[in-house]
Amino acid sequence: MSAVPVDAVHEGLFTTGATPHLLGSRCGACGAHDFPAHDTCPYCSSEDVTGVALSSTGRLWAWTAVTSAPPGYRGEVPYGFGVVELPEGIRVVTRLTEPDPARLASGQLMTCVVVTLHTDDDGRRIVTYAFAPDAS
Amino acid sequence: MTTVEVAGTGLAPFGRFDGLRATDMGVIAVRGALTEAGVGRGGFQAAFCATAYGGVASGHKVLGALGMTGMPIVDVEAGCASGAAAVMLAASAIAAGQYDTVVVFGVEKMPKGIIRSSFFDPWQEAAGLAATPSYFALRAQRLMETSGVTKEHLAAVVVKNRRNGVDNPDAMFRAAVDAASVLASRVVCEPLHLWMLCSPNEGAACVVLRAAGSTSGSGVATTERASVPKITVAAAVLRSHLPGAVLSESTPLSGLVDDAVTPPSTLAADAAYEKAGLGPGDLDVVECQDTDAARELLAYEELRLCPAGGAAAMLERGESAPGGRLPVNPSGGLLSKGEPLGASALGQVVELVRQLQGRAGARQVPGARVGLAHTVGRGANAGVIILTS
Repeated sequence: MSAVPVDAVHEGLFTTGATPHLLGSRCGACGAHDFPAHDTCPYCSSEDVTGVALSSTGRLWAWTAVTSAPPGYRGEVPYGFGVVELPEGIRVVTRLTEPDPARLASGQLMTCVVVTLHTDDDGRRIVTYAFAPDAS
Repeated sequence: MTTVEVAGTGLAPFGRFDGLRATDMGVIAVRGALTEAGVGRGGFQAAFCATAYGGVASGHKVLGALGMTGMPIVDVEAGCASGAAAVMLAASAIAAGQYDTVVVFGVEKMPKGIIRSSFFDPWQEAAGLAATPSYFALRAQRLMETSGVTKEHLAAVVVKNRRNGVDNPDAMFRAAVDAASVLASRVVCEPLHLWMLCSPNEGAACVVLRAAGSTSGSGVATTERASVPKITVAAAVLRSHLPGAVLSESTPLSGLVDDAVTPPSTLAADAAYEKAGLGPGDLDVVECQDTDAARELLAYEELRLCPAGGAAAMLERGESAPGGRLPVNPSGGLLSKGEPLGASALGQVVELVRQLQGRAGARQVPGARVGLAHTVGRGANAGVIILTS
């Protein structure tokens, strides 16, 4: 079986591997976390900001499903979409692997995963981050 | 500071008009407002044109088509609040004594379908994170989770506004609907059904603003004008968001675990109330951002029209319906009119002026003296305009 080239939908957002996680930043001045990573803190404008790996599990805070493909999107529909609260004190906008809103509940444990969006015209598999209901 | 008055209003109906360009609709609205104000060529010293999708020099095209150029013409983009931003700029300039009479208009011809917004990066589109209604849906779900709002309340907002739209000849949708039909329309993004979302569309609206007591360019008053009350712009405020609210109209990819971040609509409303020396209890009529049904209920709270958590009760008691304590969206709102972004806020202002002058026909709010117009959207930008007669 030949390896299919894989590209992240955007660099610097997440890690791949056995335990994927999001790449954010932490402000040295006010302590707030941010995602994606920025070089200036949105909460206090400090530039004393360093990149950090964010927790790979969090709790579901809001969710829905997108039922028709929005502009510029080439993947499957429906797909889950929502907000997950991470222990660092931030809420992150994310795809969800569960497309049926009725099968999700407020506060349930969610784990960061990497999912395929589509295969592009050069045959490369384009992947992004998502959160999945915790299996453990 | 000079008091600012609304000297005239004009409107091109909101809807879909395949044969009309945005410029054509702008000409209809501007010509209407100039006629009503009795202002002709050379009678105004500046113009602001609100548009989000119009492209370069939208305002120049409209005024050029009327043969009325030479003065500063500035296009203004502030998302759904573009028109409010234009009114703020014009009113501020008049109040400061810079101009005597300013034409403020909005034009828009929106693309069809889910709006493609240049706001999002291409990767966000590819990742499925650029579906505007999905953000509305998350806000609606949180409102339902944290207050007594149910899907039935969302449907009731649509029923109210679509009923109001029946009496608005300038609205896109003029048929009343019942709650069962709203809930039977297809789910776009749970909990929002198709009929709970407004339609992006086309239209134009215009007001002529003038320093109180000015006589410049007002040689030809319309017959109506002599007998209608003067309308004052008591406040025209624009605010942007504070960081931290993940579901803010600023549409960030993250926010803080903090539910106490003041939303931009509240920042704008509080500043407008202070400027006008009025409070929510003084209002007689409100036109607010009902991009989706939940957005109207959020506005009740954010504009302090009801206590925190009281939006469902305000709706249930009929307080925001015609004949209620504070009718909201008597024009039918965006749910009936559709939303031409740049023209949207100016459409609200035109509606309120006509309400406060007692010439709103079958949808007239009896005795209305104080009106508030509210828009909020991407940026985030929130606009609040208070008019008094």
